[in-house]
Amino acid sequence: MMHRYIPMTESDRNEMLEVIGISSVDELFADIPEKIRFKGKLNIKEAKSESALLKEMSRLAAKNADSRQYASFLGAGVYDHYKPVIVDHVISRSEFYTAYTPYQPEISQGELQAIFEFQTMICELTGMDLANSSMYDGGTALAEAGTLAAGHTKRKKLIISETVHPEARDVVRSYADGQQIEVVTVPHKDGVTDMDALGELLADDTAAVLVQYPNFFGQVEDIEAIGRMAHDSGALSVVSANPLALGILTPPGQLGADITVGDAQPFGIPEQFGGPHCGYFAVTKKLMRKVPGRLVGETTDEEGRRGYVLTLQAREQHIRRDKATSNICSNQALNALAASVAMTALGKQGIREIAYQNYAKTHYAKQAFEQAGYTVLGGDRHFNELVVDCRRPVEELNVQLLEQGIIGGYDLSRTYEGMENHALFAITEQRTKEEIDALVQEMEAVHA
Amino acid sequence: MHNENQPLIFEVSKPGRIGYSLTELDVPEVDLDALLPDTFVRKDAPELPEVSELDIMRHYTALSNRNHGVDTGFYPLGSCTMKYNPKINEAVARMAGFANIHPLQAESTVQGAMEVAYDLQEHLSEITGMAEVTLQPAAGAHGEWTALMMIRAFHEANGDTDRTKVLVPDSAHGTNPASATVAGFDTVTVLSDENGLVDIEDLRSKVDSQTAALMLTNPNTLGLFEEHILEMAEIVHGAGGKLYYDGANLNAIMSQARPGDMGFDAVHLNLHKTFTGPHGGGGPGSGPVGVTEELAPYLPKPVLEKHDGVFTFNYDRPQSIGRVKPFYGNFGIYLRAYTYIRSMGPDGLKSVTENAVLNANYMMRRLEPYFDLPYPQHCKHEFVLSGRRQKKLGVRTLDMAKRLLDFGFHPPTVYFPLNVEEGMMIEPTETESKETLDSFIDAMIQIAKEVEENPEIVQEAPHTTVINRLDETKAARKPILRYTPATEEELVKA
Repeated sequence: MMHRYIPMTESDRNEMLEVIGISSVDELFADIPEKIRFKGKLNIKEAKSESALLKEMSRLAAKNADSRQYASFLGAGVYDHYKPVIVDHVISRSEFYTAYTPYQPEISQGELQAIFEFQTMICELTGMDLANSSMYDGGTALAEAGTLAAGHTKRKKLIISETVHPEARDVVRSYADGQQIEVVTVPHKDGVTDMDALGELLADDTAAVLVQYPNFFGQVEDIEAIGRMAHDSGALSVVSANPLALGILTPPGQLGADITVGDAQPFGIPEQFGGPHCGYFAVTKKLMRKVPGRLVGETTDEEGRRGYVLTLQAREQHIRRDKATSNICSNQALNALAASVAMTALGKQGIREIAYQNYAKTHYAKQAFEQAGYTVLGGDRHFNELVVDCRRPVEELNVQLLEQGIIGGYDLSRTYEGMENHALFAITEQRTKEEIDALVQEMEAVHA
Repeated sequence: MHNENQPLIFEVSKPGRIGYSLTELDVPEVDLDALLPDTFVRKDAPELPEVSELDIMRHYTALSNRNHGVDTGFYPLGSCTMKYNPKINEAVARMAGFANIHPLQAESTVQGAMEVAYDLQEHLSEITGMAEVTLQPAAGAHGEWTALMMIRAFHEANGDTDRTKVLVPDSAHGTNPASATVAGFDTVTVLSDENGLVDIEDLRSKVDSQTAALMLTNPNTLGLFEEHILEMAEIVHGAGGKLYYDGANLNAIMSQARPGDMGFDAVHLNLHKTFTGPHGGGGPGSGPVGVTEELAPYLPKPVLEKHDGVFTFNYDRPQSIGRVKPFYGNFGIYLRAYTYIRSMGPDGLKSVTENAVLNANYMMRRLEPYFDLPYPQHCKHEFVLSGRRQKKLGVRTLDMAKRLLDFGFHPPTVYFPLNVEEGMMIEPTETESKETLDSFIDAMIQIAKEVEENPEIVQEAPHTTVINRLDETKAARKPILRYTPATEEELVKA
């Protein structure tokens, strides 16, 4: 059969068979034992033409409620932010997206330099000494930070705050389980890590304390105090930070973090039903040789020209095999590129302005909720998310909001005990005053 | 010389320029200093570039011109399956109803996305011959680890807690032993025999009551089908171990043989290889895992199910290994893979494998007179040449790889697998024309002749790239991993 992705003609095939010295392609599979040769035809759907398939996929896409048609107040780790149009133009250049890992630096300088710039931007935002070229996502980056800390301190216990994203905590537990590392959860108090409980849990077997900044409830944790407590016990301070918030918040690197991880999805990466996003991983200099994944470094060629290469590869699986710092191979390079373009577009001024807008709009929403008589958890130490007691089941509320063109908040009763009727609303710079007012009004209407 | 350097985006930055457009704030201004404790209010702005939109586009266009992709030219990188990345995939992934949906929306509002995922699970299940499939792992290595964790959970559930070893052939991908370590196992290396296949006697001697699993790529990284697979399965299963299939090389056997029929208990696939999710310069990937009925209870949570035409995520899975990734895997990538599978259909996928294998064998036979071919039998989708003949003349495989750059080709995977001296692993894929294969073959033949007649031209290659060989030792000895602006002192010196 001929297919637009397969160029061999009948005559090509015959010439090639002759060179090989066989009469049919079938002979090339003769080493597969007869007993396991697949004889029939795969029972999958028949091929569709380009037009017909586009039509079918459009129909499936249209079944979903997307954030272009609805005003979405859903965040919880994935956000609807401003995506500069230029981002998609850059990542659509197929010299980038159809390339493999840059193992041949002479013909991969574009990718390598782009990653070097990404590493620099992440350092600038987080205040850390160095950053790698990306991880799968924020959750697995946090899990790898935990296992790195355990390996580095030779201790087998991680303390993780209940205010860390519940799904990220689940991933941390799965990774830790593989390496017989114990994970203990420190509860929250009024939406932030309970410092007294943390003090009691910390001991000389603690490898690290893992917190989120701002945390899952949108609150700014006192990562400086938490870091100090961790260090006093000989443990590392691991912070999972929303990099966009660092436009206005003091970077973890200046508040004692040893490892800062997170997800760069807020920078130009679409929600995409949860992935692919873009984990980042940044550390202090002393942990440089323990970092998982690829690192790009600057060097020179034989004529003294500046260039970039994958470096410190002795940490990695293709060299060290079972002694590698991690098994990660593929990462999220193209999304790191997308994030770089978005960070570049925002630039020094835009990053502050967008972060400030998120704070201001959330502050406005908080006041609007409170004026309407709702209780909002915590004070003003929020970033772009709020926990609101909706006084009725969130799932029910969300059904009615949807009818009004609003995607409601995250139902906290799904993952937190005692949080029945509580929703986590995300208010990004994309939400207009009218949309925020409409949300509060609709909630009241539902009550009436 | 300095002006030959491609500037970094930071070096074209100029204070005051902007490249963004934000809507003016429509709510009252706030005073951060009054609302947040001083400790948390950022004092120094991060030094992100200050550039115009055109500056950005020019910069990244210049970078893209310094990068080789499949769309630029032939990319016969062994074990990486650098096939054409169809453009319809990109169009579908950008549809608003797929790109702009949130993973925590009510299930009733994302039925279209869930239908794609479910139907893909069904397709992959049929292609691999496995009972159930999860789409959660983000990449191949992540899939390996996920499956090993399931195998561990299975053994533990049977009270079989002493199975601490995972067997890995010496020709395996580096991720196999690394994943075994991350999953808490010790790795035992199994040797290859003189035919390039797993040494059955060595395997037999290493399998015991501590064996949790054997990880195997079939065809292996030499491009050879492990024809004793059934015997191997018997040995491993006989000792109570499980058989793990590394799907990196699935392009070689689609519609010809299925891992499930070979006796494998768990399989991972690299959708960014066989199923055209682009490589993206290193990712993102997607690494679904398929398992037998017996291992299915241990699948990561949540499990996507269909009941009466409605798709739901089932979190009530008491024996599950837990969550391996937030949300449901790299949807944007497996959506592309699904689009590809639906473009090919059953006949198309069969043709993919037939042509991929035909292309590899054709290249192998044409190159055989000029290079050593340690394993001369028919190959599958890839083959490995040895540069030891050229090495005797003072030219290494690395040099020949660099010389290929002058011809506009991406070199093969070199020095892998580890059991071939000066190895060159070539995988053409099915999407390349005979003309392209011939021009690559001609270049290889010319290089072989240059090695004999004019070795310097190969040893000093590349000659035509934007940069020549880079000092990797320097990069590792004094790592510079980020840009730092030159100090005034340095500027004066310059």
